[in-house]
Amino acid sequence: MKRVISVSINGDLHELAVEPFRSLLDVLRGEAGLTGTKKGCDVGDCGACTVILDGKPVNACLVLAIEADGSEVTTVEGLVTSDGSLDPLQENFLKLGAVQCGFCTPGLLMAARALLNENPNPTEAEIRFGIAGNICRCTGYTKVFNAIMAATKATAVTEGEVSNG
Amino acid sequence: MKRFEYFEPQTLAEVVDLLGQYNGKANILAGGTDLLVEIKEHLRSPDYVINIKKIPDLDHLVIDANIGLRFGALVTMREIETHLLVQSLYPDLIDAAQQVGSIQIRNRATVAGNICRASPSADTLPPLIANGASVRLAGRRGERDVLMEAFFTGPGKTVREVDEVLTEIIVPAPAANSGRMYIKHGRRKAMELATVGVSVVLDLDDDICQRAVIVLGAVAPTPIRAREAEAVLTGQRLTDEVIVRAAETAMNESRPISDVRSSAAYRREMVRVQTARAIRGAYQRSGQA
Repeated sequence: MKRVISVSINGDLHELAVEPFRSLLDVLRGEAGLTGTKKGCDVGDCGACTVILDGKPVNACLVLAIEADGSEVTTVEGLVTSDGSLDPLQENFLKLGAVQCGFCTPGLLMAARALLNENPNPTEAEIRFGIAGNICRCTGYTKVFNAIMAATKATAVTEGEVSNG
Repeated sequence: MKRFEYFEPQTLAEVVDLLGQYNGKANILAGGTDLLVEIKEHLRSPDYVINIKKIPDLDHLVIDANIGLRFGALVTMREIETHLLVQSLYPDLIDAAQQVGSIQIRNRATVAGNICRASPSADTLPPLIANGASVRLAGRRGERDVLMEAFFTGPGKTVREVDEVLTEIIVPAPAANSGRMYIKHGRRKAMELATVGVSVVLDLDDDICQRAVIVLGAVAPTPIRAREAEAVLTGQRLTDEVIVRAAETAMNESRPISDVRSSAAYRREMVRVQTARAIRGAYQRSGQA
């Protein structure tokens, strides 16, 4: 039986009727119409579905949508800053060639964003540790790592400033 | 995902009632990082899922150098991993917690869930057992505490009755002049299940090992104590010769199988290698080395 949940996604309140066995990932992509978050493995191994839930990066495939009732979710669509420009992570991913097929990219961006929100000046080791839950088939990670390092030099964007553009 | 009915009880008594009523057809949902994977992979198909995250007082964590550590069933791996006092008093628990899955997993996964899932290779089990931890269970017949060393009966099997829920994990205080380490051996540095896990706790006095606890994971149907290896260390100075002998003994006490992750022979060899490293590491951490 469906239940109505109330979820703030990228600063917007969504009221959605969902069955309890629907994952947050499926509801974000389906009922909420936000297809930026990707389904890779659907079992929490690849990190492609990483979103920020109440300030913490999680695999949306392993959260039931119903568990997010009353919560705040940030997806890749919410990374755009308040003046409409790209998050420094997005800019540097593009500039430094950290995007090839792009399938892992939203998950990596959200994992990196969560890392920088908690630790604006991570060491190299802390960056590697921070994105260890995200798998990329294309890039070999070097340019991803460089892009995150470059983004740490830019101003960190706090969660309160995100808007969906 | 296979359909199920969903409950969000507000009290522990309701959880116990539901578990008893549905008698094996209900599963508890805490972090969901085991349950939801198993439902999706058709390894489990509960008709009822009971989310316990609305129950009050299950997310507490109390820690004191003299009293020890007590934490509730809803405490996540990430909370343990980032807790400054746990880092200081139980670095072996940190070694374990921070190597479970990924940060994304650890933000949801609970230590209680790791315990109840009772995988032979679960990372938090060896250090908790080595520290003498107990779990508190609440069921229709009331509450009981079970020593973790006696909790596991086989792969995925524990002494928890169908109507019981694990509410708390209780860890005794570390002894003065003790050192502790957990080493996870795996094919990858992250997002991996242990092919061998070794936990060592050493109580030292005047540079002599008064007491050693060695717990091996992933090399038997449950985590096991390597008691003969412990006896090699007890009462001794931890020279290279003693450490090597203890590691060989631990290797011979292990009973690994060959599976998709590793062969039995390789696992045995890694027990030998990692037990020596964990003993040396625990000794270093005791401050007596």
